[in-house]
Amino acid sequence: MTQIRMNVNGSVESLDVEPWVSLLDALRERLGLTGPKKGCDQGACGACTVLADGLRINACLALAVQYDGSEITTIEGVAHPLQEAFVRHDGFQCGYCTPGQLCSAIGMLAEYEAGMPSAVTPPGAGAYELSESEVRERMSGNLCRCGAYNGILDAIMDVAGEEGTR
Amino acid sequence: MSTTYADKTASATGKYVGRAVDRVDGPAKTTGEARFAAEYPYPGLAYAALVHATIPRGRLTAVDTAAALAVRGVIDVLTHENAPPMKPAPKVSFLDLSTLVSGTPVNYLATDEVHWNGQPVAVVVAETPETARYAASLVRPAYEELPAAVDFAAEEGNAVPQKGNLISEAAADKGDAPAALATAAHSVDLTFSTPPHHHNAIEPHATTAVWDGDRLTVHEAAQNIAWTRRHLAQRFGVPEKGVRVLSPYVGGGFGGKGSVWAGTLLAVLAARATGRPVRLALTREGVYHTVGGRTPSTQRVALGSDADGRLTALIHTSVSRTGRAGGMGEPITAGTRHLYASPNIHLRQNVVQLDLLANTFMRAPGESIGTFAVESAMDELACELGLDPIELRLRNEPDRDPVGGQRLAHRRLREAYALGAERFGWSTRDPRPGVMRDGRWLVGMGVATAYHPSMRMPANVTVRLGADGTVVVRCGLQEMGMGTATVQAQIAADELGVPLESVRFEYGDSDLPSGPGAGGSAQTASAAAGVLDACDKLRRTLLGLARRVPGSPLRGVRPEDLEARDGGLYHAGRGQTYAEILAAAGRGHVEAESRAGMLGFMVRTLRERRQWVRAATGAQFCEVRVDPDTMEVRVSRWLGVFDVGTVINARTAASQLRGGIVMGIGMALSEQTLIDHRDGRIVNASLSEYHVPVHADIPRIDVQWLNEPDSTMPLGLRGIGEVSITGAAAAVANAVRHATGRRVLDLPITLDKLMG
Repeated sequence: MTQIRMNVNGSVESLDVEPWVSLLDALRERLGLTGPKKGCDQGACGACTVLADGLRINACLALAVQYDGSEITTIEGVAHPLQEAFVRHDGFQCGYCTPGQLCSAIGMLAEYEAGMPSAVTPPGAGAYELSESEVRERMSGNLCRCGAYNGILDAIMDVAGEEGTR
Repeated sequence: MSTTYADKTASATGKYVGRAVDRVDGPAKTTGEARFAAEYPYPGLAYAALVHATIPRGRLTAVDTAAALAVRGVIDVLTHENAPPMKPAPKVSFLDLSTLVSGTPVNYLATDEVHWNGQPVAVVVAETPETARYAASLVRPAYEELPAAVDFAAEEGNAVPQKGNLISEAAADKGDAPAALATAAHSVDLTFSTPPHHHNAIEPHATTAVWDGDRLTVHEAAQNIAWTRRHLAQRFGVPEKGVRVLSPYVGGGFGGKGSVWAGTLLAVLAARATGRPVRLALTREGVYHTVGGRTPSTQRVALGSDADGRLTALIHTSVSRTGRAGGMGEPITAGTRHLYASPNIHLRQNVVQLDLLANTFMRAPGESIGTFAVESAMDELACELGLDPIELRLRNEPDRDPVGGQRLAHRRLREAYALGAERFGWSTRDPRPGVMRDGRWLVGMGVATAYHPSMRMPANVTVRLGADGTVVVRCGLQEMGMGTATVQAQIAADELGVPLESVRFEYGDSDLPSGPGAGGSAQTASAAAGVLDACDKLRRTLLGLARRVPGSPLRGVRPEDLEARDGGLYHAGRGQTYAEILAAAGRGHVEAESRAGMLGFMVRTLRERRQWVRAATGAQFCEVRVDPDTMEVRVSRWLGVFDVGTVINARTAASQLRGGIVMGIGMALSEQTLIDHRDGRIVNASLSEYHVPVHADIPRIDVQWLNEPDSTMPLGLRGIGEVSITGAAAAVANAVRHATGRRVLDLPITLDKLMG
């Protein structure tokens, strides 16, 4: 057992975990934060996406011990205009991928702000628009089997537009 | 009586019905508050993991559990040698539809028989999920292997005619189709194939099971709560009233959560054996190994027409598979029966049993893959004739059912195509293949018809009105993303003339009145019929109370002349609020119930089938871009125009119709389950190797509906959960044919099939 401390959604949590416990299982089974979902446990679906020190990660591919001392934000700790926009644009159906889509979208917008490249925008391309194809590309790690992609895109474009992202 | 809903359809667009209302579960689902089956904490909760067989057929000779039991934190390892007994699945009966809910007849851990590669042969229960999973990897089953048939392509020749049942015929003959085909002026004769598919709901199946003596509580991802409860009571030999199944939110199902599969039964069994609350959340691979998917198919479609494109022969035959232990013959030609007028029709469904996990329903079983074949063949016939593919379809649009001769309840495919052609810019399509370009990309446009029958199931509903004006609607169904909770609240609000905010819909609990499952696109119509009936009874009860009070403005008013609005009942400008009626009657609340008996339901269903053919239909328009060097196919535009009767919630309906199209695009271009033909093992049992569409694959999808009520359905609505996947793969294939000149007969349409 290893004792770790994480700031989760603004509260400091101390817990003992075996080194093989994933961050996702630590959150869901140890801390009772079931907002991050387990869809594949293999980093293929994005349902477990959380923000670790502001970056979006797949919590199922992360070991809890790696995040000792980190700041973790799960959907339970999110208060963002995207949430209301997802409802307004019907960016979900069953709701199971939704926490991951939301956390991923928040992380994606931050990555975009920081000028991070993507397959649509190569490095060094200079100023560029947050186009629909850019958002689609950057959100493609989050699967939605209900097929709410149009609504998710609308919600993100709506909020990104309001925030005046470059 | 055979109810018609003409009176209800007149007011189809009410204050809430028809509007784009926000989902009532929106806040819960966007904050993480909505809990799914694996997310209920219990003191002393233990975790279970499955051990899967690695051979397709045989007998267990031993299961070595010593290493697993030696792991610290392992509570127990259950095998066929030590598991408590479980009763076999009941025989299927149409008088008790809950008997349909058993995924397979295999009595897990009560048998040493192995029926498929991946069958659970042991369950490890441990203190943590990691321990359970690790210990499961240490369990060593030993087998006596038996010969197994697992290769669909090799076994196809052994297929036998599929048996039909009360509600689904497996064959049809009208005239002499082979003879008519032989003498037809124009004809096509094509053989198609489709691979196995898996639902891949993002929530893997999960069960949390808690016993208290003979009372059982199960948190479950279930598309059918009432049937699951009854089935569990039967399997574990306990009274049904002591079993409670809770399933408010289901993280996607698409048919995959419509049956009770191994994980559910073994979680309950493990909880029974260990005396602990047990959670069993399947791994993604575990879902593939324990929950059936869609059968592969081989289909022949042969069409003959006269010189003008009027069909003279329509032949559609299919081969699908079931497991030797369970499954159902896929009704592949079911849609073809109803699509086109032809004097000569020959339909046959054949099925072969293999030593694989039972197949099951997946979104539009039958029609989804059946329309791929028949709608691709229609497109090819249009090419052969040099006729526009829309025009070919219109020339063959039937006035009555082509096989049964029944009336078609509200069929507006002509209007759907007309609206679609205009909106999509069909007139800009150059019919010659391979000539339309956008820069270097080849551009193609294709159409196909969507078709799915409209059904209803029995539903019990109660509606309670309180003196404070609040309404509680109760029905034991689940919210799987179809907007069920939202639309039923909309209906109740309109029926009682109260604000939507004052209606609360309670669902997801088997202790509630027995609700309809999510299947056959029937849930909304089924529950709506119950809500309408219960609200009608409630209004009558309220009128009865009001009329007893001297001086009531409602005295002498007949129930059918009532208008429910503004939180009360009115007639000709006079009336009373509910609060006034209840106060005058000295009542705190009133409640009404709608109950549906199974026998009456079956009788009505069978009678209506003779009277009507009811279906949701649509016209799918697809535009693709194909890279001329790599032959990569990208879907660039989509329009679906649907005739689905009254739409209750414009927002959730659009999402559901889009969702079917998205799954159809996956079916067309990327989805396939690969099975090792030597040992029957699924080799791509993951979301990284089974490719469902991602954000980047999906363009803007324009969905339209005609919004004309179907007067034979409650509120004029038809189910919309499945129709939009039908025709979708054919629309893609037809667009690819137009872009490249190549007809791909074998799904999915991958690059290799377009090269060389």
